[in-house]
Amino acid sequence: MRIHTYEKLWLVGALVLIVGFIATVTYGSVGLGISMIDDSGGTLSPNAVDDDGRFAEPRVEQVGENEYEAYVVASQFIFQPDPIEVPANSTVTFYVTSADVIHGFSVVGTNVNTMAIPGEVARLTVEFDEPAEYGLICHEYCGAGHHTMEGQLIVLPEDEYEPGGNA
Amino acid sequence: MSTFVDEYPTEARVIRMAFWSSFVALTLGAVFGFIQALHRTNVVRVIDSTDYYTVLTGHGVFMVITFSIFFLVGVFQWAVTSSLERGPVDIRFTWSWYGVMSLGTTLVAIPILAGFTDATDMSADVLFTFYAPLQAHPLFYIGLVLFVIGTWLAGADWFLTWWTWKDDHPDERIPLPTFMVLTTMIMWYISTIGVAISILAFLLPWSLGLVDSVNPLLTRTLFWYFGHPVVYFWLMPAYLLWYNVLPKLSGGRLFSDPLARVVFILFILLSTPVGIHHQYLDPGIAEGFKFIVMTNTMFLLLPSFLTAFTVVASIEHGARQRGGEGYFGWLGALPWRDPSFTGMALAGLVFSFGGFTGIVNAGMSLNYLVHNTFWVPGHIHTQVGTAVALTFMAGAYWLVPQVTGNQLASRSVGLFQVVLWFVGIVFMTNAMYRGGLIGIPRRTAEPQYQGFEYEPLVGSIAELDAQVALGGTLLFLSAILFLWNMLLTAFNSGSEPVVDGSLPPALSGPEDSPRILDNLKLWTALALVLILLAYSMPLAGIVQDGGLFGPNVDAFPVFVDAVSTAVDATVRRLPLESIRGLIT
Repeated sequence: MRIHTYEKLWLVGALVLIVGFIATVTYGSVGLGISMIDDSGGTLSPNAVDDDGRFAEPRVEQVGENEYEAYVVASQFIFQPDPIEVPANSTVTFYVTSADVIHGFSVVGTNVNTMAIPGEVARLTVEFDEPAEYGLICHEYCGAGHHTMEGQLIVLPEDEYEPGGNA
Repeated sequence: MSTFVDEYPTEARVIRMAFWSSFVALTLGAVFGFIQALHRTNVVRVIDSTDYYTVLTGHGVFMVITFSIFFLVGVFQWAVTSSLERGPVDIRFTWSWYGVMSLGTTLVAIPILAGFTDATDMSADVLFTFYAPLQAHPLFYIGLVLFVIGTWLAGADWFLTWWTWKDDHPDERIPLPTFMVLTTMIMWYISTIGVAISILAFLLPWSLGLVDSVNPLLTRTLFWYFGHPVVYFWLMPAYLLWYNVLPKLSGGRLFSDPLARVVFILFILLSTPVGIHHQYLDPGIAEGFKFIVMTNTMFLLLPSFLTAFTVVASIEHGARQRGGEGYFGWLGALPWRDPSFTGMALAGLVFSFGGFTGIVNAGMSLNYLVHNTFWVPGHIHTQVGTAVALTFMAGAYWLVPQVTGNQLASRSVGLFQVVLWFVGIVFMTNAMYRGGLIGIPRRTAEPQYQGFEYEPLVGSIAELDAQVALGGTLLFLSAILFLWNMLLTAFNSGSEPVVDGSLPPALSGPEDSPRILDNLKLWTALALVLILLAYSMPLAGIVQDGGLFGPNVDAFPVFVDAVSTAVDATVRRLPLESIRGLIT
């Protein structure tokens, strides 16, 4: 096949660029440890959310010295618990599910972001350093009241934090 | 000068009808887009926020399904007929697929538009992605199926034409425009299997009440199996125009026919096994599968990089034929007063910028930052809303005179229109991209929240809103100018088309490439293997974990939403159980 010399150079350059992109993304996953939302949260019928030990009472629970687990239920058009309160300098694993339709779970201004799909439990682990107040929004269309679906995520100073205070 | 309509009058009639259908959809889509741009930015609100999603569904479906696909079947019919120099085997079959597509589109439009009135429960406020368990009226799904079947029949028509042509030309290479149509249709057949299964096996029976539950992750995954290649289905006719028409408009010819074939083969191979990159943040799909589609997606950049080279080289060749000189001086020798050339060139420019934003989307871990933010419609509007739509409009200025036999009503208005579109899209999408980076979501009537405020890195929210509203207004005006120009052209009878429809052969022709490139069966088989590798395990995992019909998931017909929104204000802080009692 006859290919012009310039075109060959361009082809090689494009391939190098593509491999470079893949390498940077791989570094992000392996080197920096940014893992993707996966199937480790398991499945749960949206009709069984109210009877499930984790989600019947949506809450934040302490599970280790600086480790917490947050069980969050998204439904038309609220998040529970609201606000979600966690202490600074903690590692929080969120378990997010939906009780009805597909929702989004996005902490504004951060990369804490997942889909909440009925039937599935999303699991993501986040480190919180500084005290802060964040908006929490649903970013997937979930019905006519979608634009009212918001909550708050508050990172409290460690000495002001009471475990289970927002159950 | 003999034009297309003189040589193929019956085929030209089908193409005209496809174009007019497309332009009707563009009219509706443009009005809806204008309403949205002003509503979300809180500049002018002529509808309730609850109706915003009806408008949004209409904008999505009428623009990306009806406008683009009706236009592309017209382009493809022109490309096959003119490059094989023969009409369809039976024109009645050609009319039948046009009829099935039109019926499908009408059935889809009825429940969408019924969403505006309370007189009926009928509604389809499910957006063009129709994620279950939000449920549309059955007509919506039936219409979509019919529309897709219409496109399948259209593809069959073009394959039949090619097979009969092959009998008469046993040793000839497939002419490039027809090669592009056939490869695009192979990609389309493979990818629409996903949406066909999703609708026929799950969503339609479920909307009719035949099954109680669906697996939302499964239907969503099947949608995206189709949802990414559909983007290339919109884009390939634009590529066809860039490869075949744009070099000629620049005064030259295509640089390389072999590379053009390679590009389209790469699209058959790589368009489909990438759909999960829309689901990077979905639970229920293992990280390894996401990594596989990320690498596939990055390699999908290759055909677009090759296109950038070939198309720009062809344009440069044209400019030098016209007397252009110097490293960049040749740019001045291009026919910038021709709306077809300028429109396509600007569309290509926007496409290359938008391509880089697509790399951000595809970069798995970066996706956390932009997923479902305003960045994403920014990307869509540069790629589909400009690379595709603006190329189609520019192409219409060249094609419509040929299929009507009428002179374009106004070239200068056409030129103004394509530039106006470019300016509008720059205003609108740069604000969308920037808004997305600070977390402003897509798909919402009111991105104005109670509990917090967005903090732009530079500028202000008011400035971003102003740019979106201004950009949206310019785009709407541009669309109206285009449609008006087309309407006047349709009635401009008695004039001469003054368009030279002949296409010169490529500088490096098909004889410079191996014949294996034309072995469509081989590429189809390879594509299926890649899809099996990318999809069999994730789909098996989803079905194994959640079941084929999901873990007992209730339906949420969208007309219930009006009720739930009414009670929403009062029950926002009540426990979950009491809210559900109220809405079901």
